[in-house]
Amino acid sequence: MSKLVIEAGRASRQYWADLWRYRELFGFLAWRDILVRYKQTVIGVAWAVLRPLLTILIGAGVFGTLAQLPSDGVPYAIMVCAGTLPWYFFSSALTESANSLVGNANLISKVYFPRMILPASAVVVAFVDFAISMVILAGLMVWYQVMPTWRLLALPLFTALAFVTAMGPGLLFTALNVKYRDFRYIIPFVVQFGQFISPVFYSTSVIEERFGDWGRMIVSINPIVGVIDGFRWAICGTTEMHWGSFALSSALSLFLLVVGIKYFRATERTFADVI
Amino acid sequence: MSDPMISVENLGKRYTLRHQATKRYSTLRDSVAGLWARAASRQGPESHEEFWALHEVSFEMPRGEVLGIIGRNGAGKSTLLKILSRITEPSQGRVTLDGRVASLLEVGTGFHPELTGRENIHLNGAILGMTRKEINASFDEIVAFAEVERFLDTPVKRYSSGMYVRLAFSVAAHLRPEILVVDEVLAVGDAQFQAKCLGKMESVARQSGRTILFVSHQMSAVRRLCSSVLWLDRGRVVEHSRDVEETVQRYLRGGQDFAEQLPARVDLQDTPRDKGSACIFAAVSLESARHSASAVFEPDEAVTIVIECDLRGQIRDSLTFSIQLSSSGGERVATWFHGDNTGHPLPSSGSFVCRCVVPALHLTPGDYWIGIGAGQRGDPLDKVNEALMFRIESRETTRAGMLQAPATWEVMSA
Repeated sequence: MSKLVIEAGRASRQYWADLWRYRELFGFLAWRDILVRYKQTVIGVAWAVLRPLLTILIGAGVFGTLAQLPSDGVPYAIMVCAGTLPWYFFSSALTESANSLVGNANLISKVYFPRMILPASAVVVAFVDFAISMVILAGLMVWYQVMPTWRLLALPLFTALAFVTAMGPGLLFTALNVKYRDFRYIIPFVVQFGQFISPVFYSTSVIEERFGDWGRMIVSINPIVGVIDGFRWAICGTTEMHWGSFALSSALSLFLLVVGIKYFRATERTFADVI
Repeated sequence: MSDPMISVENLGKRYTLRHQATKRYSTLRDSVAGLWARAASRQGPESHEEFWALHEVSFEMPRGEVLGIIGRNGAGKSTLLKILSRITEPSQGRVTLDGRVASLLEVGTGFHPELTGRENIHLNGAILGMTRKEINASFDEIVAFAEVERFLDTPVKRYSSGMYVRLAFSVAAHLRPEILVVDEVLAVGDAQFQAKCLGKMESVARQSGRTILFVSHQMSAVRRLCSSVLWLDRGRVVEHSRDVEETVQRYLRGGQDFAEQLPARVDLQDTPRDKGSACIFAAVSLESARHSASAVFEPDEAVTIVIECDLRGQIRDSLTFSIQLSSSGGERVATWFHGDNTGHPLPSSGSFVCRCVVPALHLTPGDYWIGIGAGQRGDPLDKVNEALMFRIESRETTRAGMLQAPATWEVMSA
């Protein structure tokens, strides 16, 4: 039996071991949120499919049919789908993890556990919705008779990248939200804006055509661009990957994750006093 | 005894009180504006005051001890528990814990109203630090103790508040940690359930090797459960002793504003209370058998309670008085009604004095409250719950229990 020592400024020593020890609670909290998510709704989990599906249809209609934007040689709906699904995952993971600490204030002020469990389990809940919504992609590929290529095997990798991309800002925002409730208003704004700044409804190659290589790099100062480009590369066999832009965007994701963890760890000890 | 289970050295928790910005939710704008103002004026921040919720607290607890933590509101009891359960970190000092800690600062933490009873047992168990295996092993026991078998698959938002509390306490009562930290959780549910909880706590406490820290305002619970007691006041330790009874008594006496001098007569005219206008208690006093005012009695001494009363106007229905005797912890010991012995009806107008003579109380030494009430056909007219405190002292050895009741023994050979 190891002795536990509590001292000012010392809580950090066995942090990661503690995180591992509390994995069951992590599972339970995620399980709770999944169970509760569609309670007392009529169509239940179908919401996880319906919302992105409608977004895809509108996006494909407006940008593909009306604006006639190019789509890298695949049906426009599939290209939009490959952008919308990771975007939905990112935005709901970000929104929910950002609210996870404030939403569980009663737990934080009454029970000890590594606080990182809360935003992490919120991301897992968003991931379950994401996994369900993959049905749309399968459906569209069957409808348009698009054969997947070997690149589809890389999809889990890009999904992992999406995890990292959502986790970093999620941790940062939720920790900030504990002290500055302004973030309750900032986050919906970020999400709303992000949908148009990020290449969700259009292809990044459009930017490249219009503004050249530099334009594309500037657009890639946005962590979700790498994820969406990766999804498109893996799903649509014809898209070319701009590796420079991908590297920049992914590096930013990792950087945000490190910053998020650092800030979260630094402020975590005062959560119970501030919340 | 080997190493202590818990050792607390020089523990302190400091909060900073800001006097200008009283907002609890600081906004980003405030912080930025504050930085700006500070940079611009080159003055220090607005007046800060340091407040020590706990200061230089040190104690040790051996394995298997049940420690009661007592003190008035704001004494630092809950802060101490929060530090021990790692919810908040200390500002100075150190704590060494030699075992798994489970804390129970609130009943039903993390219960989700949408989930069923069954699901909440699992969730709450996990939150309180039980493993999946432990929860499954004691699942049936938890359900049986809470008496909610029939509603296991109903969302708890449809539960009555009593069922909800029973289920929540039941999960907590089946925790199996080496160190259990409990805050005031017995103050839930109805009297019957409270008694059941106290019984459960007692059996948990008796199990060997369990070390418990227990915060309570109910001195009867502290006396019953605890093998030692820690008295905190304004963040500091006043007393830490194994003589629970003595410390509790001193705490209760110190808790009242008169430490030594117990007045034998209390003027009630200005005591704040809800009162009608028809009947107002003017004063209450105590007399010994020799008709001398006193607030200290022997267990077998006669006590006379004197009530002075003003009637404004005419009372139409017959007036009744009641006198309540309570322990210093607030437990009712006895009640007397005027009218139990008929023959002296109360007047219906004017000022008068009424005396109630109790031949002997046979109470265990300690401090007790006298409360008085006046009523008319069941409607209260005036009531003072804690009107006067008196003390029972004994020169003889006192035996354990609430009463020092006399008894005669007879032995016959069969």
